[in-house]
Amino acid sequence: MSMPFYVAPEQMMKDRADYARKGIARGRSLVAMTYADGIFICAENPSQSLHKVSEIYDHIAFAGVGKYNEFDQLRIAGVRHADLKGFTYSREDVEARSLANSYAQMLGQTFTHEMKPLEVEILVAEISENPGEEQMFHILYDGTVMDEKRFVVLGGDSESIAALVADGYSEGMSAREALELCRSALAGEERELADTDLEVAMLDRTIGRRNFRRVPDGELATL
Amino acid sequence: MTLPIFSASDDPGPDFAALLRDRGAAPALDTSVSGHNALTITHGTTCVAVRYADGVVMAGDRRATSGNLIAHRSIEKVFEADRHSAVAIAGAAGPAVEMVRLFQLQLEHYEKVEGAPLSLEGKANQLSQMLRSNLPAAMSGLAVVPIFAGFDLARTHGRLFEYDITGGRYEESDYAATGSGSLHAETVIKVGFRRDLSESDAISLVSEALFQAADADSATGGADTLRGIYPIVATINADGFSRVSDDVVGPVFTAIADRFSDNHGEVDA
Repeated sequence: MSMPFYVAPEQMMKDRADYARKGIARGRSLVAMTYADGIFICAENPSQSLHKVSEIYDHIAFAGVGKYNEFDQLRIAGVRHADLKGFTYSREDVEARSLANSYAQMLGQTFTHEMKPLEVEILVAEISENPGEEQMFHILYDGTVMDEKRFVVLGGDSESIAALVADGYSEGMSAREALELCRSALAGEERELADTDLEVAMLDRTIGRRNFRRVPDGELATL
Repeated sequence: MTLPIFSASDDPGPDFAALLRDRGAAPALDTSVSGHNALTITHGTTCVAVRYADGVVMAGDRRATSGNLIAHRSIEKVFEADRHSAVAIAGAAGPAVEMVRLFQLQLEHYEKVEGAPLSLEGKANQLSQMLRSNLPAAMSGLAVVPIFAGFDLARTHGRLFEYDITGGRYEESDYAATGSGSLHAETVIKVGFRRDLSESDAISLVSEALFQAADADSATGGADTLRGIYPIVATINADGFSRVSDDVVGPVFTAIADRFSDNHGEVDA
């Protein structure tokens, strides 16, 4: 009978966390912030069709960074979770907090029990009819959930980007101001980002029942 | 509720009905119920749709009947299916409203999972499949007969579809009607129809059709001026679905009624 090598739990968790962090750091970052009409989300993403930001439900949006196939699977699971819940109970019973908890549970489970942790960091954002009641849940690869206020940065170089966002952020910014702040923060000090390098979407409480709105690159100038 | 994660081989894709079945949450249709009097079930009655220059106008009365009783005076039978389409229903109200709810969700679910909406043809086929699966219930007296209409963004014009209880799908080029008063309503539309009607003419035409159906069919409700309940009229065009307000529909019905009473009232001796 062969004996498996003993690996200290601390070491095992550290190795997994390093692995996940490295995977996430390879991708580009994403910024979400509250603005006058709800929540503004902007990602650095040159692709027009492989989205990082998507609609989950009437007032709920999803954003992910890291490995595309992994966070996209989580996105679809979120859409299913929300639609099932809304169908079984009612539309107003679908809320971001419960979805964030489900994600956290699933990510935590995968982190400790599977061969490989998911190399993703996700955001579940929700707006309500009243300004000031926005919710942004930032969930890490190991299932850690953070309830963020004002703004949040996901992805590799989040600390330096967050510092840049914090400098320019103020309550109740317009969509235009939010876009320019996101653009300059994501670019950092040495780069410039064009409209075609960005993916922009928002939860806008001023539009009908489904508050998620994607802004194609071509329409960014008219924001 | 756990997060619905599937392995790649048994993933239901963008099909919400398949997801419901997988989760054991699909609405069970008990077809063993027989011998009941189908007439005592609440029924919705007359709906019409007409193509006009910019799209489609759809309208439905507000009455639901149980046998010879008026069960409800203000139910809604014209629904926004998604941004660019609408569905109107006649038949057993319970299964019909449930079918619409599932249909709306199916379209939204597909759009969210796939990241793009279904084509209008695809939406019409989805409704067809839902009707097909309702066939056993329809045979035991719970028939649902919808009309589906929408603005085809690829072809840039309005289209409309009629159905039967087996899921048969029939595209109509100009107008469609369903429900107990459909014979009268459709005749009115047939006589008054012209190609490329303006929006206001199309609204007048569907209103006239419902007025005449209500006048001849006891199960169809007209404009209820006592309670201020008017038939629902909606337009679907390039800008999407929008319901025509009662402030517009009310005067249209008043004008029809005035003209009617001028010509059909009792003549004094």
